[in-house]
Amino acid sequence: MTQLERHSYDVLVIGAGGAGLRAAVEAREAGLRVAIICKSLFGKAHTVMAEGGAAASMGNVNENDNWMVHFRDTMRGGKFLNHYRMAELHAKEAPDRIWELEVWGALFDRTKEGKISQRNFGGHEYPRLAHVGDRTGLELIRTMQQRIVALQQQDGRDHGDMESHIKVFAELTITEILKEAGKVSGAYGYWRETGAEVLFEAPAVIIATGGVGKTFKITSNSWEGTGDGHALALKAGANLVDMEFLQFHPTGMVWPPSVRGILVTESVRGEGGILTNAAGERFMFKYIPDVFKKMYADNEAEADRWYLDQDNNRRPPELLPRDEVARAINTEVKAGRGTEHGGVFLDVSKRLPAEVIKKRLPSMWHQFYELAGVDITKEPMEVGPTCHYVMGGVEVEPDNAAAVGVPGLFAAGEVAGGMHGSNRLGGNSLTDLLVFGRRAGMGAAEYLKHNGKNPVSDAAIKAAEARIAAPFDRQGGENSYSLHAELQEITHNLVGIIRTQSELEDAITKIADIRKRSANVAVSGGRKFNPGFHLAFDLDNMLLVAESAAKSAFLRKESRGGHTRDDFPGMDNKWRQVNHISSFDGQQVQVCEQALPVLPKELFDLFDVHELEKYMTPEEIAKGGSN
Amino acid sequence: MARKLNLRIWRGDSTNGALQDVQVDVNEGEVVLDVIHRVQATQMGDLAVRWNCKAGKCGSCSMEINGKPRLACMTQVASYGEDETITVTPLRAFPVIKDLVTDVSFNYKKAMEIPAYAHPADVAPGDARMEQIDVERSQEFRKCIECFLCQDTCHVIRDHEENKKSFAGPRFFIRIAELDMHPLDTLKNRKRTAQEEHGLGMCNITKCCTEVCPEHIRITDNAIIPMKERVVDIKYDPARWLGSKIRKRDGIV
Repeated sequence: MTQLERHSYDVLVIGAGGAGLRAAVEAREAGLRVAIICKSLFGKAHTVMAEGGAAASMGNVNENDNWMVHFRDTMRGGKFLNHYRMAELHAKEAPDRIWELEVWGALFDRTKEGKISQRNFGGHEYPRLAHVGDRTGLELIRTMQQRIVALQQQDGRDHGDMESHIKVFAELTITEILKEAGKVSGAYGYWRETGAEVLFEAPAVIIATGGVGKTFKITSNSWEGTGDGHALALKAGANLVDMEFLQFHPTGMVWPPSVRGILVTESVRGEGGILTNAAGERFMFKYIPDVFKKMYADNEAEADRWYLDQDNNRRPPELLPRDEVARAINTEVKAGRGTEHGGVFLDVSKRLPAEVIKKRLPSMWHQFYELAGVDITKEPMEVGPTCHYVMGGVEVEPDNAAAVGVPGLFAAGEVAGGMHGSNRLGGNSLTDLLVFGRRAGMGAAEYLKHNGKNPVSDAAIKAAEARIAAPFDRQGGENSYSLHAELQEITHNLVGIIRTQSELEDAITKIADIRKRSANVAVSGGRKFNPGFHLAFDLDNMLLVAESAAKSAFLRKESRGGHTRDDFPGMDNKWRQVNHISSFDGQQVQVCEQALPVLPKELFDLFDVHELEKYMTPEEIAKGGSN
Repeated sequence: MARKLNLRIWRGDSTNGALQDVQVDVNEGEVVLDVIHRVQATQMGDLAVRWNCKAGKCGSCSMEINGKPRLACMTQVASYGEDETITVTPLRAFPVIKDLVTDVSFNYKKAMEIPAYAHPADVAPGDARMEQIDVERSQEFRKCIECFLCQDTCHVIRDHEENKKSFAGPRFFIRIAELDMHPLDTLKNRKRTAQEEHGLGMCNITKCCTEVCPEHIRITDNAIIPMKERVVDIKYDPARWLGSKIRKRDGIV
């Protein structure tokens, strides 16, 4: 046995997306030595995929914008299930975080006055999203990456070693967070390249691992979104909050595989795209709820006339609200009328001339043509719900991003819960990364003022080693690819965009069964860059995420934001006061209720009381917030 | 629908390796990365390949397909003939780690050698004012997804390991150009260091890098040539030469 590779740092940051890098910068600027772990190469994190922009009330385009307006929008978007303090900090600090990027070299698009341009986005009252064309996420990650390099160059000048204070460990997976005497002591993992194991001793660990999309069959997330941080935190004794809230988009591509999961914007329907099932039936007419009957056409002739004369005709039912469209697609597919790949057809090709489609939907046309050879001017798209973002995540203290219950552990970005409540507004995730990434770095620095090194014991190392060795030692067990596919099928069908009691019950049983079988996963081949081996560990994480999501969804008997129950279609103000807390007892995920923190009076007073009546019980309104 | 594709995959590591033939199902509309994943899931569980976004935005799945540097997620199987065998090999300019995965750390080392953006001390956060037309020049280069295909194809280093020490490569020429054209950057002499320390002069503008760029960045025309021209202008301008001798100033700013 070769000697175990050991590293010792003040702070270990797991994840090198926007939140992880911002946390690392902050910790380094506090004088600490920081290790950054990326599962892939430096600069490839899923943050690059963010297109729309970063929401911050700088007021460059409309000077009426300010943090209070942004706060209100965020709370409304989250249906008031947000942790108010996170939404408040986010709204207040987002502008500074954007301006700081500019000091580090970012080049946002400009207004006529030369300020950072801001664009409109769903749910934001004013133009608020700082952007760079449709590649804002790339600009953010590259700026952070270059800021890290700038600090390393500084360290090179000051200490003669560019990596003296920040070192990036690329293509390394963390399998365990280690604790001694109830506090974080470090983490254990392996190099993806060689399979060789690594021990990091660090009294503060910041989790910034992003999302969980790969738990589901159809997702816009990359392979990295396997819920690693969610699972690492659970196993280390932290809690997850509100894991039932997942953002699904009703129309993601389900076929061909080269574009599976990619979102098809709602404007395709707005431009005349129609939804049909495998039998060619334009099914949306069957799904117009009574309350919408006055506004939506119940026959094709009228629906088609609407595009030419909107005053004298009712709207086509394809333009019903998102959740209605999702429910209709879900029902058609589950009734066996879907396509062979589990979707329905969305066709704009028979509705508009090719040139008009290319002009009105240029990026859609281009993207599918280039990535999949699908020409949306000639053929229908196959679409279905796709998993995009998880609102639930590690329960943290808003001000310092400290994970509740685990001294020395912090979490920021998509992996942390609370900020977005039951539904995230577009544009809020990029500034979430920056605001809470920085706060996690500050939190870790503050923690280390009172907590020194916490050496890792040999027993902890042995246990972590044994866990990595296990799948290689097993013979003839199941293959991790097929178990993963099975899990994705279950979550997609039973814990997906529309949920019901019986299906969630079924899901919980089936997920438990896969978890049992996953204990026998065997890995073929060697340790060197072996994706089968990597997936065996990722699978374990996704199983915990799935269990937590399914159990939380089972318990929440209402529909709100990213959680839609067919059997409880309405929002229930009693449920607004409830967070679902997941914890792990070593055997299974336990979910219990916890009271949502009460909005303080000064934030309560930012709203019109009549608006709050839609979300709060009369008793809450009477109290008028806490003091 | 599905047909069989003859795929030839390079398998091996830094010590040895060889091309292996496999037959794999391919569906309409699939890209090369899809079939590689299918091979991985059904025939070679330990086949190593890098990828992330699968949408042409992260630049991870760089490899050589029938000898051309390409992103596997942006290369449609249908762009090759039905009977054609598709050969996938790792990037040639970098050392192989395993199968299709290469050690691209050269690029991260070079990134650390390019002096960072230097913000003017008197422009406070939020006070920066720049015209859209002025930021657009640098924005073109900031589209770079760091797939390193330009580095792979560049003949200065592709077959000349010895040049790597003194040559940063096209990716970092656009990084220098981006900073040089940044309306607020205060660091002087970026062009001169491009020439003297990062090997700009070794580029003989064959434009291979521009051809393989998946972001269609005009690396040669918009970054390398303008920098070369300025370097030459300044170096051979007799008045400037004289001025620099008399006032002992740096000739290039």
